[in-house]
Amino acid sequence: MKKIALMLAIGFAFVACDNDDDTTPTPVVNTDVNFTFTQNWDGADIQNSDYETTTYTNANGEVLTLSKLVYLISDVTFTNADGDVFDAGDYNLIDARTGSNASFTPNIEIPEGDYTVTFTYGFDDEDNIDLAYNDLNSSDGSWSVPAPLGGGYHYMRLEGKYINATNDETAFQFHNVRANRHSSLPPGPNTLVELQDTSIEVNLGQVSIVEGTSIEVKMNVAEWLKNPNQWDLNVLFTVLMPNFDAQIMMNENGQNVFSRGAVTVNP
Amino acid sequence: MKLKGHILLLFIAICVASCNTDSVTVDPNSGYVPTPLTLEVPQLFEERILPPVIPEDNPLTEEGVALGKKLFFDPALSLNGSQACADCHRPENAFTDPRQFSVGIDGSVGTRNSMPLQNLAFNFPEKFFWDGRSISLEAQIFEPVVNPIEMNNTWPNVENTLQEIEGYPLMFERAFGSSTVDSINVSKAIAQFLRTLISGNAKIDRFLLGQEELTPSEANGLAVFLDEGRGDCFHCHGLPANPLWTDNAFHNNGLDEIITDRGLGGISGDPREFGLFKSGTLRNIEFTAPYMHDGRFATIEEVINHYSEGLVFSKTIDPLMKKVGEGGVQLSEEDKADLKAFLLTFSDLEFINNPDFQN
Repeated sequence: MKKIALMLAIGFAFVACDNDDDTTPTPVVNTDVNFTFTQNWDGADIQNSDYETTTYTNANGEVLTLSKLVYLISDVTFTNADGDVFDAGDYNLIDARTGSNASFTPNIEIPEGDYTVTFTYGFDDEDNIDLAYNDLNSSDGSWSVPAPLGGGYHYMRLEGKYINATNDETAFQFHNVRANRHSSLPPGPNTLVELQDTSIEVNLGQVSIVEGTSIEVKMNVAEWLKNPNQWDLNVLFTVLMPNFDAQIMMNENGQNVFSRGAVTVNP
Repeated sequence: MKLKGHILLLFIAICVASCNTDSVTVDPNSGYVPTPLTLEVPQLFEERILPPVIPEDNPLTEEGVALGKKLFFDPALSLNGSQACADCHRPENAFTDPRQFSVGIDGSVGTRNSMPLQNLAFNFPEKFFWDGRSISLEAQIFEPVVNPIEMNNTWPNVENTLQEIEGYPLMFERAFGSSTVDSINVSKAIAQFLRTLISGNAKIDRFLLGQEELTPSEANGLAVFLDEGRGDCFHCHGLPANPLWTDNAFHNNGLDEIITDRGLGGISGDPREFGLFKSGTLRNIEFTAPYMHDGRFATIEEVINHYSEGLVFSKTIDPLMKKVGEGGVQLSEEDKADLKAFLLTFSDLEFINNPDFQN
């Protein structure tokens, strides 16, 4: 083993010597980039201990608690000033309550420099391929969407309980998928008439990327129920997956849900 | 030429490293190498979900599975030699117990229904039991043997007993390279056998593979199953993308207003998890009565009625339980009958009658 180590060390030394030339430009350093996903309610951090315990009031005045928040992001993309695009093309399913996959490093290395950073919330139609991802099929029961609703995959499952107009504690399931319109409800094998991509491209702005860069991506959960559509949970609390108009409203409200948080460089 | 030398050295290094990671651990002096066994993964599973979970330190071998099967059916594991694993996990019932509560060797009665044993190799979260208290199949096996209301034995006693039974030392030797019986290898062998219990050839599977049609009633049952406004079964029990038909996760499904059995919360200590129990798989539901963690429902009709009009509220009830104030989603009688017809498409007679799974 000592001999092997020595030979390898000599090999690396020769490689290093080859680059020892003052006239050679500084070599480009490639690096991966880490993302951390956090959640808040109008600025108040949401931690594991807040689920089912902390009450929030939405823009419509309903008092609620959160039970579950799982969401999908994909296609993290880095675009430099020359228009060069770097996209690993992978995806990440975040379970906010458990913290599972709250840290994610796309499978790509890019040259250090300044980039406009974007990602897709959910899957756009190009990636939203029915049955295509065995890990997602195996996650959370199955992250996929029933075929009568157009198939593909959920974007988000946000669930909890709220106090309804008759003062009862009632469950809500704010499930976001590709908008699907039906000729009649309930949905069946032959009712689907229209699908609309309601994923959202999120622009995190320009970030200087160096080795060890980590970017926080914040989700303001309150925004899903606020702007531009003030969400009335008494009306829209359940069976939202086949509700085309509700899915469009989620897309509209989702435009300002995400923002860039802290950008840090880990040594 | 020097480069070739380096490549040769690296090749040798890789070979040396490879030699240290033999997948089957055996005593080098035993001179016996167990035969690796590859699980036969059903086509749908292969195409749609993750591969089976097989620990690096317990790969499947023909000898290990054979030993595990013998142990599974052997009452010698119990203190008085009267009860085998298979007494409460019967093959004809998809390896569950038709009694509401199993009865231990001294007549003690448990408080939960025995769980069916099928497709356990695909339990990706690896939490076993109704309350998820074991984090591996191997760990799970340690419990019933010493549980006072089940086999009521001790592991040293099991080891001594098996050591004296003709044939076992040789089988342990062949499976694990040592004729000395120890509890770890007992659990490994049974776990190997349990991982072979795969159900993947029911009518629903053949339908999804395009080999068989559903009747109109079964097809409407599937529509009810997948409809958020009616059954909404799929959020916990999966859908055609996931042929396991369970999320292997934990829910309070509205059984009781007052939680007496804390389930997952009894293990974690988290009040938010009081009354949460694992979703059972729907596979072979025809054969796995009674239903729920406490076996309170004798028939599939009772289960459907529960979700339709029997739900009750408690603090930790899962938000997926709909219209709890009204008792449930109020399915029509036609939808109930069709849903049951669909659930019966999960019956896998090849699994139930598989001679490899019988004593």
